[in-house]
Amino acid sequence: MTETAAAALEHITVSRGVWASLRRRILFWLSVAILAVLAVISLFPELIGGLFGQPDPRACNLRDSAKPPSAAHVFGTDLQGCDVYANVIHGTRTSLFIGLTATVIALLIAVVVGTLAAYYGGIADTIISRLTDVFLGFPFILGAIIVLNSVGERTPLIVAVVLAVFSWPTLARLVRTSVRTVRRMDYVSAARAMGISHARTLFTHVVPNALGPVLAITSTMVGSIIVAESTLTFLGVGLRAPSISWGLQMANAQSYFGTSPHMLFFPALFLSVTVFALITLGDILRDALDPKGRRL
Amino acid sequence: MIAARRVGGRLLEFVIVVVGVTFIIYATVWALPGDPIAALGGDRPLPANVVAQLREQFHLDEPLWQQYLRYLGGLFTGDLGTTFSGVAVADRMASRWPVTITLALTAWVIEVVLGVALGLLSGLRRDSAIDRTVLFGTILATSIPVFVVAVSAQLVFGLQLGWFPIAGTDAGWPTSYLLPALVIALFGLASITRLMRGSVVDSMESDFVRTLRAKGMPRPRIVGLHVMRNSVAPVLTFVAIDLGFLLGGAVVVEGIFNLPGIGQLLFGAIRTHEGPTIVGVGTTLILIFLVLNVLVDLLNSLLDPRSRHD
Repeated sequence: MTETAAAALEHITVSRGVWASLRRRILFWLSVAILAVLAVISLFPELIGGLFGQPDPRACNLRDSAKPPSAAHVFGTDLQGCDVYANVIHGTRTSLFIGLTATVIALLIAVVVGTLAAYYGGIADTIISRLTDVFLGFPFILGAIIVLNSVGERTPLIVAVVLAVFSWPTLARLVRTSVRTVRRMDYVSAARAMGISHARTLFTHVVPNALGPVLAITSTMVGSIIVAESTLTFLGVGLRAPSISWGLQMANAQSYFGTSPHMLFFPALFLSVTVFALITLGDILRDALDPKGRRL
Repeated sequence: MIAARRVGGRLLEFVIVVVGVTFIIYATVWALPGDPIAALGGDRPLPANVVAQLREQFHLDEPLWQQYLRYLGGLFTGDLGTTFSGVAVADRMASRWPVTITLALTAWVIEVVLGVALGLLSGLRRDSAIDRTVLFGTILATSIPVFVVAVSAQLVFGLQLGWFPIAGTDAGWPTSYLLPALVIALFGLASITRLMRGSVVDSMESDFVRTLRAKGMPRPRIVGLHVMRNSVAPVLTFVAIDLGFLLGGAVVVEGIFNLPGIGQLLFGAIRTHEGPTIVGVGTTLILIFLVLNVLVDLLNSLLDPRSRHD
């Protein structure tokens, strides 16, 4: 019993230490604030979109094609005469949805696969490590181009799944390394010695303790997936017309950048600020969780 | 002996990865829902006898593994498939290699030289204003999609300032390649800078640097001889992985700057829905990435004194 109590105590001090070092960083609060605003936007796009009187991203008037920002359209209009602001606001949800869904799927696969490989070792480890190698063999964008090109229908969910397929190996390797370290801890041997089953040891002791360093990377990963989605959409293998996303807006605006830069600028600004906040947050979390490897 | 076994193991690993990667590509292209033969006809349905002939021509009635072996055999003999207009994909790529190789090498040199320099600079002055600016820049560079940077650079430096040609390779190297190479290099530059900075910080705090300082070696000599040598190793490993990003970036940047390379072929093929070209070019680029990775790994293990002596 005392051992569990000691472990619990240690856990509390560690998380307090992490929190204490996070709390003092201005960049941490800045990233959290940006992400909170984006979360509100994607939860209530109609509300935020209506702030400047143009709530509907699909209410377009061709007579207003490619107008620069004005009082009626704060971010201007795009080629079809749709309000850029309303589209940027509604696109937030799609981009965040793809980033989060792909990362969650990748994380689930990585946790299952990485834990199995590290905890059981032996043949399971060999097979899983080779499988990971195969998926790591794909340069991210090129793999996604080939697969997405063969998929007939490309909804946000399908794009997210394909991006997850090419991102789980990096996480799986991290989980594997992390679980291997945790597995050797005394409290894990103690749990096993007390007769607790493998499954329970894994779920209550190994996985929760191994996940910390991995979670910091997931924040960065959400950011890279959002960038990847926009690049794939720009190339023509990402999302398609009825969807509304920053990537689609930028892809459509690209040819008219010289004459109407606002059509590309505003979605690009939103995307870059989002990704910047996610990467910074990931960096700060990693720093706080692993003070020894302070590299930022 | 051990070194030989390690090389053998790495080569076996390489073979497994190549087989796995090509199988996944093959399976997604041919086995996913959506009939590739029906897609050949565009919007109009193909007559039954044409479908039958095409299915036989592409061996679609054989089991999947047999089709895959046939495809793999083709890959090894340089057969990357044919385009819809009947030209071999490998032939269409042949004349385009010099452009892509020139672009990739130019970008590579830029990112390695600048990345090592910036990483060294900010690692030596940790937490200074320079360091913070460089770190801010590296995050910024990874936050903006390549195509946005490319389009903006084209507009500002090509069109408005007129420093560089806007498109094409008519001005030759380096004029035509400099701007696109800079754009591609930006992403790898950010990663190399961070890696280099991290390992410089680590080296500067290590015992051997403290010893050198204690025995009175001048700082420039410590940095130039010892810190540099110890910090560059992780960067070198990254440089190989980075080639994958360079090739991916080349697709976007060659497309935007209209450089007639391999990337532009893929870029155009996506726009015109040329399935066989997309798969052929994509597969080639992935295989090159894998080969370069294994070469760098082998080189690393040969250069690493730990593997030489045990």
